[in-house]
Amino acid sequence: MEKKETFAEVFEARGVKRRDFLKFCSLMSVYLGLAPTMVPRIVSAMEKKPRIPVIWLHGLECTCCSESFIRSSHPIVADIVLNMISLDYDDTLSAAAGFQLEEIRKKIMKEYKGKFILAVEGNVPLKDNGVYCTINGESFLDVLKETAADAMAVIAWGSCASFGCVQSARPNPTGATPVHKIIKNKPVVNVPGCPPIAEVMTGVITHFLTFGKLPDLDRLKRPKTFYGVRIHDKCERRPYFDAGMFVESFDDDGARKGWCLYKMGCKGPTTYNACSSIKWNEGVSFPIGSGHPCLGCSEPDFWDNGPFYTRRADVSFVGVNSNADKIGVVAVGAAAAGMAAHAIGTAIKKGTSESKTVETEED
Amino acid sequence: MAKRIVVDPVSRIEGHLRIEAVLDGNNTIKEAYSSGTMWRGLEIILKGRDPRDAWAFTQRICGVCTTVHALASIRCVEDALGVEVPPNARIIRNLMNATQQTQDHLVHFYHLHALDWVDVVSALSADPAEASRIAQSISPWPKSSVGYFKDLKARLQAFVDSGQLGIFSNAYWGHKGYLLPPEVNLIAVAHYLEALDFQKEIVKIHTVFGGKNPHPNYLVGGMASAINLNSDRAINIERLNLVKKIIDDTITFIDQVYIPDLIAIAGYYKGWLYGGGLGNYLAYGDFPEKSVNDPNSFLWPRGAILNKDLNTIYDVDPKDMSQVKEEIAHSWYTYSNGNGKGLHPWEGETNPQYTGPQPPYKYLDVDKKYSWLKTPRWKDNPMEVGPLSRVLIQYAKGDPMIVDTVNYVLKTLNVGPEALFSTLGRTAARGIECKQTAGFMLHFYNQLMENIKSGDVRTFNDRMWDPERWPSECQGFGFTEAPRGALGHWIHIKDQKIADYQIVVPSTWNASPRDGKGRSGAYESALKGTPMDDPNMPLEILRTIHSFDPCLACASHIMDMNGNEITTVKIS
Ligand code: SF4
Repeated sequence: MEKKETFAEVFEARGVKRRDFLKFCSLMSVYLGLAPTMVPRIVSAMEKKPRIPVIWLHGLECTCCSESFIRSSHPIVADIVLNMISLDYDDTLSAAAGFQLEEIRKKIMKEYKGKFILAVEGNVPLKDNGVYCTINGESFLDVLKETAADAMAVIAWGSCASFGCVQSARPNPTGATPVHKIIKNKPVVNVPGCPPIAEVMTGVITHFLTFGKLPDLDRLKRPKTFYGVRIHDKCERRPYFDAGMFVESFDDDGARKGWCLYKMGCKGPTTYNACSSIKWNEGVSFPIGSGHPCLGCSEPDFWDNGPFYTRRADVSFVGVNSNADKIGVVAVGAAAAGMAAHAIGTAIKKGTSESKTVETEED
Repeated sequence: MAKRIVVDPVSRIEGHLRIEAVLDGNNTIKEAYSSGTMWRGLEIILKGRDPRDAWAFTQRICGVCTTVHALASIRCVEDALGVEVPPNARIIRNLMNATQQTQDHLVHFYHLHALDWVDVVSALSADPAEASRIAQSISPWPKSSVGYFKDLKARLQAFVDSGQLGIFSNAYWGHKGYLLPPEVNLIAVAHYLEALDFQKEIVKIHTVFGGKNPHPNYLVGGMASAINLNSDRAINIERLNLVKKIIDDTITFIDQVYIPDLIAIAGYYKGWLYGGGLGNYLAYGDFPEKSVNDPNSFLWPRGAILNKDLNTIYDVDPKDMSQVKEEIAHSWYTYSNGNGKGLHPWEGETNPQYTGPQPPYKYLDVDKKYSWLKTPRWKDNPMEVGPLSRVLIQYAKGDPMIVDTVNYVLKTLNVGPEALFSTLGRTAARGIECKQTAGFMLHFYNQLMENIKSGDVRTFNDRMWDPERWPSECQGFGFTEAPRGALGHWIHIKDQKIADYQIVVPSTWNASPRDGKGRSGAYESALKGTPMDDPNMPLEILRTIHSFDPCLACASHIMDMNGNEITTVKIS
């Protein structure tokens, strides 16, 4: 019989001091938006639970989610992969290949039936019997269904697995389909973003390990903790938006002073994500902070809500003050004036469809 | 009796790759077949979109080499529109590119490739004192005390004793092909973990200029990160100091960890010189010191080598319709004017037509079509691209840093230059090149500082931003040397929209199936002739395939928008 260690034992065995372990737990509670009174509960949960096996499948994707995951910056980054979880199957990091790797998948499914997490990066091509993505001669669809049947819960990493992302953009040639539309009888948590922020990924896993259940989700199955608020609502450039001070061209005077990027196509007003709060790569910056408009990469269908630089986000609902509404209207008007006639049609149509998306997101 | 083995999935790569190999009675690989088993169809998706958005779409081809398609794409659109970017933008792009190369090579060596040479389980029997002695004899890197290795060994033992081996499960530990003593294995495990922690620091340079990593932001016409020494919302002295600190730490890590490890490990494997393969090498070159249209100003030269002949470097022109062509003799596509002829990317087509076995299947029918990758050829020659190509071209051209470093490595290992034409040579070339690109990071940082000091803070050229100024039709070529090799993008713009977009990526060159004449690409030919100790444990195959650093998401996204009529599936 295998001996299963608790987190605390693993941390200790790997030379992580108790002080660092406690620091890790309290950091996680901050990321998870929990009251400080919850820290002891995390500590005690981590001390008692054995490592949960994770099978990490890759479908149609670009591996940016895995890359983001290994950027996770809390105190014990190398230990996430090796010790927070037992990452037993992952095409990107596993030492084994071929049938030895497939054996592991089957073994975990059998020995940990109903007790492992299935993490999915990428999505599923449904067209033409799944020939657009095969693993060991099997269609990814079959591999996913087979594995999910025994999983305790499914985490859909990134915009691919959550919503479809780039390969499902019009006209979706391979029939790329997100995980939640295929796996219906298991809890699925969507962690969108292209890729998601590293600490959001590890935060979701830690929440699950700590409390034994998925975090609270919104209607799009996203954890409320990280996707509850729009980028725009926490953006450091927001005062300039409210004051009507906009970048009019890249590298103009306003750009050099860090004014609002709304007129450059910023989708911050319609994008739910933690970029403007947690920020990227240990808080170094985020897209808007480095002068580029938000592409809205965690929103469903963001690839088809472009063009990125010329279509303005719909801000009519932002309405925290009437001033912002007015700016929005003025700005959209200015945008339309600068466009060719056919482009106006597209912009208006797209604007409408995005408003709808946003409405459905609101709880 | 011939035996056929399959390795699928090939792990520790990007994307989905399958290798089928036929062994002779002595378990030596007689034939090998490389198949990309994924296709996403981005070509069709790009059609009709704003060319200024193309970088973001193509960037999502690959999240490992997360900057290279964006860079090739903005260069491609700028070439079509005739835009020159300001010096700061050129320098920042070079700095980001050097950052990408360095980080990617480091991650490849430790996390995707090392376990082909390093036996993790063997490290459990290491003597920490001896490991410490060896570590201190090859490098001044401070984490090398007896206590450090003792502690690591204890932690590793506890990990293995837990019975949950995670990413190390069911691998090839104890295989006869592992030649390192336990102490060197222990050092390598230590550095596997340290590199995993450190790699995330290097990419913060992308975050400074591009807002995030993976997938930092790029911009047609320049870079979006404005420079303003009097603002805390722009590139200022604090940001530049952060960049400098990361560069210094990176150079130290490469010099004191990666290079000494590489040489130490190579010393034990210098008798295993399989995997040379084609002997033809191609590079588009990169790191322009002046205009991107002036290949003579590139720090990495453009050129080609045929038949391992380092005395002749051929000129390469990717815009010449007769040079780069893609064939589909063994790829799941059709061409409208017959499948027999290769097409230059500016006239290329991608009409997917799967004719392979229906899943689930056991073997591919390799006499027919067997891959989602096309088969690119340069002047009808199969070519290898990547670090070995670039290093050989620089070596042949006499680049002083490369000549010195290569000669130092060869001398230290006590092998001749012919050792370069091998799996180990490819792996060594990547390390040598990583040292070079870490130096480039500092070089471009200094250039940026000099240029800012001279009073130039421009990062963007708005001359062609407005589509109304664009010609009604134009075409362009953009390129970069990705970590995995020569990458080219070709575009047609019509009525301010993308009419046609084609990409020929490094892993397509290397992992391609056979061409119409039955000639293998780089992977297939490198595997041929390799003896396998145990056909059930494909360590030798993984070692050689990993030495190319496969990136299959890239390789199976050859782009073209010509007349694809694809019916959308109904998803209920
Ligand atoms: S529009 Fe964009 S840049 Fe402006 S305040 Fe909103 S999120 Fe920030």
